[in-house]
Amino acid sequence: MMKQPNTQPVSEMMLRETASQTAGPYVHIGLALAAAGNPERDEEIWSEMAKPDASGEHIEIVGTVIDGNGDLVRDAFLEAWQADAEGHYQADYDLRKPFNSFGRTATIAEQGSEWSLKTIKPGAVAHPNGKLMAPHINLAIFARGVNIHLQTRLYFDDEVEANRECPVLSRVESDNRRQTLIAKREEAGGIIRYRFDIRLQGPGETIFFDF
Amino acid sequence: MQPKYNRFVTRDRNWHPPAYAPGYKTSVARSPQQALMSMQQPTASELTGPDFSHLRVGPYDNDLLMNFTQGEGLPQGERIILFGRVMDQFGKPVPHTLVEMWQANAGGRYRHKKDAYLAPLDPHFGGVGRCLTDDQGFYRFRTIKPGPYPWPNDVNSWRPAHIHVSVMGPSISSRLITQMYFEGDPLIPLCPIVQTLKDPEAVETMVGRLDMANSRPMDCLAYRFDIVVRGELQTFFENQ
Ligand SMILES: [Fe+3]
Repeated sequence: MMKQPNTQPVSEMMLRETASQTAGPYVHIGLALAAAGNPERDEEIWSEMAKPDASGEHIEIVGTVIDGNGDLVRDAFLEAWQADAEGHYQADYDLRKPFNSFGRTATIAEQGSEWSLKTIKPGAVAHPNGKLMAPHINLAIFARGVNIHLQTRLYFDDEVEANRECPVLSRVESDNRRQTLIAKREEAGGIIRYRFDIRLQGPGETIFFDF
Repeated sequence: MQPKYNRFVTRDRNWHPPAYAPGYKTSVARSPQQALMSMQQPTASELTGPDFSHLRVGPYDNDLLMNFTQGEGLPQGERIILFGRVMDQFGKPVPHTLVEMWQANAGGRYRHKKDAYLAPLDPHFGGVGRCLTDDQGFYRFRTIKPGPYPWPNDVNSWRPAHIHVSVMGPSISSRLITQMYFEGDPLIPLCPIVQTLKDPEAVETMVGRLDMANSRPMDCLAYRFDIVVRGELQTFFENQ
């Protein structure tokens, strides 16, 4: 293979990954056009992962991102990846489908610096060891000051049994830290809503994963 | 469909910038203090990801000279082609993956409601592009070279000219957002965000190279920026 000038080999065999840089304060221009105050294109990847005709329990997820000073992060951008209600990842992203496994959202200053997703409760997905993982959503967090995106998982507080048996969640030794991965159910005007606040640093710091 | 349980090459976290990099001041309060929790055995949740081949990308989505006004007026600045190949760490091209980019205009001003820099907006420039890589992993944009801009970090910090680039790759494990800098820009080594990287070779992976062979005479220069995403290890035993 011809070596390109900006690709560095890690060994004879392997190239080095292109290095990460912060998405910066203006990430919205590229990945969240409406939040930048800019016109949207015909199709945008955004926060309505489930349309009304998607099968499964329809839920809304809301949350904030909080920094080490306890202040709300107003310019965070998030990506979600989850299974459908049957526990299958729908890799084929298509806005004509009732459900997509992928979604994007951002903290919006005018909306209390909260992010939100409209989706369905995911089904359980098998762990390679054969056990079922509790229903969860993978989240990636990008922001100014975040040099490489942070990866976490959102679990549900009404899945007590499944959470206890989950091969990933049960590996967390600290009870206090495990709680940082669990969204709290709240009912609001007939809508099932879960709250998941992400703490980047300090007391109550969310668990972030390396994989 | 049976999910593939291939593993990806381990991400070298010393190669990427650390979360806490005090020279870039905003990282100080936004960096976790606890160690990352290692997913010893990545699962389908990490080893799969979205495939955007059915996203309806518009005909001008990768042409920033045209896409803000649909060709009613051309933006100010140096016309350039930005192109390159997305490949994995084994040199295997990554076809049909989504590449997105955003940038400031020729004066260093972003079209964003929060950017209040002195340099004016360009009525003919939006600053966003996207496209899918082709069968061979190549992507291509037409745009203008963005200007450097000042930002509040040190008393007099300037960002080198750069284009923000986002790529998905084969799974959420290969997700990457970076910035492309322009070969030879004297502001690169002065930038506190570039300096979050410890290894000068890592900085080189973010530098786009002038490519005269792909430039268009009397029209535009070309910069080539290849992107390497994490490689999938081959499984030794395929038990289908
Ligand atoms: Fe920028």
